[in-house]
Amino acid sequence: MSGEILVVVEHRDGAILDTTHELLGRASALAAQGGGATVAVLLGSGVAGLAGSLSASRVLVVEDPGLESFSPSAYQAALVPIIKERAPDLVLVANSGPGMDVAAGLSAALGLPLAAYAVDVTLEGGSPLVTCQLYAGKIQAKVRFTGGRGIVTVVAGSFAPGTGGSPAVEQVAAGASDARIRFKGLLKPEAGDVDITRESVLVSVGRGIGEQDNLELVEALAAALGGAVSSSRPIADAGWLPRTRQVGKSGLKVKPKVYIALGISGAPEHLEGMRGAELIIAVNSDARAPIFSVAHYGAVADLLDVVPALTAKLGS
Amino acid sequence: MDYVVLLKQVPDLAEELEIDADGTGLDREWMSFVASEWDEYALEEALHLRDASGGTVTCLALGVEAGAVDELLATGLARGADRVVKVGSYEQNPDSHTAAAAFASALGSVKHDLVLTGVQAIDDLDGQVGPLVATLLGHPHVSVVTHIAVAAGGSSVTVHQEYAGGVVGEFEVDLPAVLGVQTSREAPRYAPVSRVRQLMKTATIESLEAGTPGTGSGLTIESMSVPESGTTAEMITGNPGAIAERIAAILAERGITGGGAR
Ligand SMILES: Cc1cc2nc3c(=O)[nH]c(=O)nc-3n(C[C@H](O)[C@H](O)[C@H](O)COP(=O)(O)OP(=O)(O)OC[C@H]3O[C@@H](n4cnc5c(N)ncnc54)[C@H](O)[C@@H]3O)c2cc1C
Ligand SMILES: Nc1ncnc2c1ncn2[C@@H]1O[C@H](COP(=O)(O)O)[C@@H](O)[C@H]1O
Repeated sequence: MSGEILVVVEHRDGAILDTTHELLGRASALAAQGGGATVAVLLGSGVAGLAGSLSASRVLVVEDPGLESFSPSAYQAALVPIIKERAPDLVLVANSGPGMDVAAGLSAALGLPLAAYAVDVTLEGGSPLVTCQLYAGKIQAKVRFTGGRGIVTVVAGSFAPGTGGSPAVEQVAAGASDARIRFKGLLKPEAGDVDITRESVLVSVGRGIGEQDNLELVEALAAALGGAVSSSRPIADAGWLPRTRQVGKSGLKVKPKVYIALGISGAPEHLEGMRGAELIIAVNSDARAPIFSVAHYGAVADLLDVVPALTAKLGS
Repeated sequence: MDYVVLLKQVPDLAEELEIDADGTGLDREWMSFVASEWDEYALEEALHLRDASGGTVTCLALGVEAGAVDELLATGLARGADRVVKVGSYEQNPDSHTAAAAFASALGSVKHDLVLTGVQAIDDLDGQVGPLVATLLGHPHVSVVTHIAVAAGGSSVTVHQEYAGGVVGEFEVDLPAVLGVQTSREAPRYAPVSRVRQLMKTATIESLEAGTPGTGSGLTIESMSVPESGTTAEMITGNPGAIAERIAAILAERGITGGGAR
């Protein structure tokens, strides 16, 4: 693989997202190994100032009022001619909401295969080998592009961020536009009662809690530990806890001293938000739950038995 | 407004997944299937929007032998869909690109303003079907949608796409369009089992051809494996009391004890 590795840059509110730096980190390593070059594509309006912070050999900046904020149709229209022309060996996209739109849209528009939910991309035998998560992290698949080239969407937190680099910055005219999806604005949630990103002990609860009434048990444990209760997405979706308590991809990223995961399976979207915790203790009735692959301590047990016993032990 | 919802079944994660003898797929012999969680939200949103301002809801599913597609579609009818259609025939769930080509072909003859899919499914390796179908049809698409409002006149929708930290982007989208639904405003409505059973006997499930298959995923699976879980974790065994004691000791080592001290 000696051609280009193209990275689609994601930015919001004037800042490059961490996941883009992670993609660039791996892209640079692959380019160094395979002899290719890393090209970042930065779409936006008035964003040229962000280009210098990208650790790529080259940054293509496409500026257009229609690209001021992310829009799936505008991004797709702008990226198709660039990828057609440069024919990169590999296109790396974050597995975010925008990334899902962009990657699958490009795959269909360009006839390039797509490997989704990647947690690793390496070069083996001269071509990319991609490790993808399936079944909410319960299965991993190693895949290759049959024709050698393709697009990969990467789960956040999979790679170390790229550092340094003073890229050559090149302005490119937008080749096409598509305004069928128009950005209207960003809506931000109101601050919650508790800021879970600042707590040092989080007792986090998932669908394994079964019933809303059982939350009392978890509240009692959190109180005994001087921590706060956080949750996986389904608990917030059900309205059992406010959205501001949700940990993960669409929730918050937390790094507490202790994260106790109770009845949380450990889907990739959840792990993204908590794998950086200093100490992870997981209780789950399924011995194969993926949460055990990031936990430091695990117990295969019913949380409804363990939690009251632990609260009692702490009280004594 | 004519709404189309794409439905699929996925392996039940409550059951243990095993790798087949080849080491490149799942052992499907004992596999049980459930409706893909996010599809239920997509259907609920479609029904809600139709109930609020009129129109029709059609459910499409691929005619996959493994699992119970008829039951899936009958459940759609029991929840309130107007029409259900099986597309093509397959032994197993095909890859996303093949599924998208089949749906794009079927949608050529199914009237639609808004196509709703689940945001993702747990078994897709080659990307999400929604944006693939949209691009094949030349429609715009938005993934991870948490809110849909149809504009007066029905020529566009306003949607929210969810980002990290509960931040959402608001977009206006021209119709026809495809949306990947992340969650519905109400919990998916209940379909009584007796009603589903009855509909499986009496309801009409239409069929449509899948058209010419696309080129497939373009991926070669070298191997599949169950990630070693618990190899890094120290597993605590014993009865709940013993587990609690050990966890309390681990916490105490780090200076975290009872009494609510921070
Ligand atoms: C775009 C997108 C963004 C997302 N963002 C997030 C996010 O920010 N945060 C997030 O968490 N998810 C997110 N998700 C959802 C994610 O994919 C999973 O669906 C979710 O994390 C599952 O939550 P859970 O582990 O609580 O539930 P489940 O996966 O249903 O797991 C429940 C677990 O509880 C165990 N259990 C059951 N009963 C008991 C018992 N009595 N005792 C002990 N264990 C028990 C089961 O074995 C199981 O492992 C997102 C999904 C998408 C598509
Ligand atoms: N084989 C299929 N049959 C019906 N709907 C499907 C199929 N594959 C994907 N879909 C739809 O597309 C959504 C996303 O699935 P996926 O692309 O597999 O993540 C699903 O939730 C369904 O709404």
